[in-house]
Amino acid sequence: MRLIQTIGDWLDARLQLAATIRETAEHPVPRDTASWFYVFGSAALVVFVMQILTGILLAVVYVPSAGEAWNSLQTLNHSIAFGWYIRALHGWGSNFMVAIVLIHMVQVFLFGAFKFPRELTWIVGVFLLLMTLGMAFSGQVLRFDQDAFWGIGIGASISSRVPIVGPWTVHLLLGGPIIAGATLSRFFALHVFFIPGLLIAFVSLHLLMVLKLGINEWPMPGRIVRKSTYEKQYHELTETDGIPFVPGAIYKDIFFSGCILLALAAVAAYFGPFGPSGRPDPTIIQTAPRPDYFFLWLYAILSLLPPQMETPTLLIGPVIVILALLLLPFIFGEGEKSWRRRPIAVLTILLVAVALGTFTDLAGHAPWSPVMDAWSGDPIPPAFLQNRSALERQGAIIFQLKQCHNCHSLGNEGGKRGPALDTVALVQTEDQLIRQVIQGGGNMPAYGKNLSPAETTALVAFLKTLHPAGQLPARDASRAVVTENTPPSPPSKP
Amino acid sequence: MTLPETLSRRAMLMKLGIFFNGIIAALLAVPILGYVLSPLVRSRKAPYEGWLGLGAADQFPAGQTRLATFRNPDVAPWDGKTADSACWVRRIDAQTFQVFAINCAHLGCPVRWFPQSGLFMCPCHGGAYYEDGTRASGPPERGLFEYPYKIEEGKLFIKAGQLPTPGNPSALLNVSGKLPCA
Repeated sequence: MRLIQTIGDWLDARLQLAATIRETAEHPVPRDTASWFYVFGSAALVVFVMQILTGILLAVVYVPSAGEAWNSLQTLNHSIAFGWYIRALHGWGSNFMVAIVLIHMVQVFLFGAFKFPRELTWIVGVFLLLMTLGMAFSGQVLRFDQDAFWGIGIGASISSRVPIVGPWTVHLLLGGPIIAGATLSRFFALHVFFIPGLLIAFVSLHLLMVLKLGINEWPMPGRIVRKSTYEKQYHELTETDGIPFVPGAIYKDIFFSGCILLALAAVAAYFGPFGPSGRPDPTIIQTAPRPDYFFLWLYAILSLLPPQMETPTLLIGPVIVILALLLLPFIFGEGEKSWRRRPIAVLTILLVAVALGTFTDLAGHAPWSPVMDAWSGDPIPPAFLQNRSALERQGAIIFQLKQCHNCHSLGNEGGKRGPALDTVALVQTEDQLIRQVIQGGGNMPAYGKNLSPAETTALVAFLKTLHPAGQLPARDASRAVVTENTPPSPPSKP
Repeated sequence: MTLPETLSRRAMLMKLGIFFNGIIAALLAVPILGYVLSPLVRSRKAPYEGWLGLGAADQFPAGQTRLATFRNPDVAPWDGKTADSACWVRRIDAQTFQVFAINCAHLGCPVRWFPQSGLFMCPCHGGAYYEDGTRASGPPERGLFEYPYKIEEGKLFIKAGQLPTPGNPSALLNVSGKLPCA
């Protein structure tokens, strides 16, 4: 014990850090900030440190070469002791990090912590969020599989739409004219050196400001922030009703971080690492690339926007969102902090959460993508084929053969790109069905060139049977009248 | 007592020091910027401006659309399989072809050809194209990207090697050596 004391004294005589550390640890914080709502920032920091550690471990084996990256991931997964687990920790850590950073941001927003004098802390935080998302995307690229390969292609297609400099941006992003070795090297440098370096610097700045300006006090309804009086009030609060950060508040941070790490370790062990999916070979086109979880909402938006809206939304949308986040503390820098008196703030969060949640959920099913193998892999359910005539069954074969099933479902099987056809005969008459098949329209291709008259007749005969038993199919009322009023053709002369 | 008019040795060396550092920074900025922007400022002729062989034209039967693969003109030894690309070759008649990029005109996913329905379908966001590459439905704003082709001595050649994107649809824009403002 005495030896440790001696070594400690010897070190501190030279480093002279003990006093600073003690002062930092014991700085007074308002009593009510020792709350379970104030633990997300420290949890994000702990997960970030975990990402650095597992990232360094992965770099020991990973080969950042387009030709070998995928193989080195297979080696990590299968040949190296616990390689799969380190990959799982890093991959799930990325999801945890994005989630915790978002929750932290929502808490800070609802508690008014971005207001005076913590505007810059918020702004640095906005950049930290962008860097976290940048790490998530570049990390997906380093998992150099088919999803990653086509994912970069999507990034390139989006950046090519920037007016005038678009094509040059693409070459700069890819490091050349195509997605290849140079592309992966670039993203490796971004993911391993450039963004982490910035992240560490910005995290330090963020923490320094939390220490210097003090943690946000618990927002009380009616306690108004004014630039002229706030700092004096805050200091009175910490002096009269403050507790030292260590140990008064930190125990909740430590407990929560421990829970998060435990959850991360368990999830990584249970679900394992992400991919890699297929080999990144551009000549293998039997692939349906999907983005990682935290970009699914974007995937949904890109599928659902009307074509003419897409480029403006992609180019202007992010600028507006980032500007709004950066300007927020300047526009609403004073006033009420409590969410109880800020209904619009609460509604904004709810709206954004519901929108992102809905888009993410939709992207999980991707109803806008054709099911590429439904025509050969999903047979028509027998119920739609029973008691049908030969012509109608021939139509069912045409339905499969012409890939109608890739976009239209029957009995909930097949694509959801177009409407389900289970009861289509109720809403379209024979003539309307023929027109729709031949001319297309309403986001459906025209099949006129690829169906013979006989095939069209058979297909429409099958479609006409798609109505519930006991409900008549739609019919053109005028047809009956026409048939009634047409005089019988005169008997042919013998 | 100091005279405000005179320049002390200390102050002069300070100014000179800042000056030297500034000069070095400016000098180093040239190679550093050149290095970072190197994908844009290669001096030699861009490799994707030359013709690239897809093999004998007769391997593509008239009236059919087939997948062809080719090696990109500009490859590094560590590119692995990413040095290869694919394209859809549609032979209309003996002399007329259409060579489509596999990249969807929406966001670049690989489109698949379905000869039965005569459609190209994209697995990502649901774009669809007719057999001649024109847009049929879905989010793309235009038809499939087409590579220029020529037939010489019974062999099919295309101009490819650059990722076609909505901002560079012909994939023929000479990006090397010429900046938009230059």
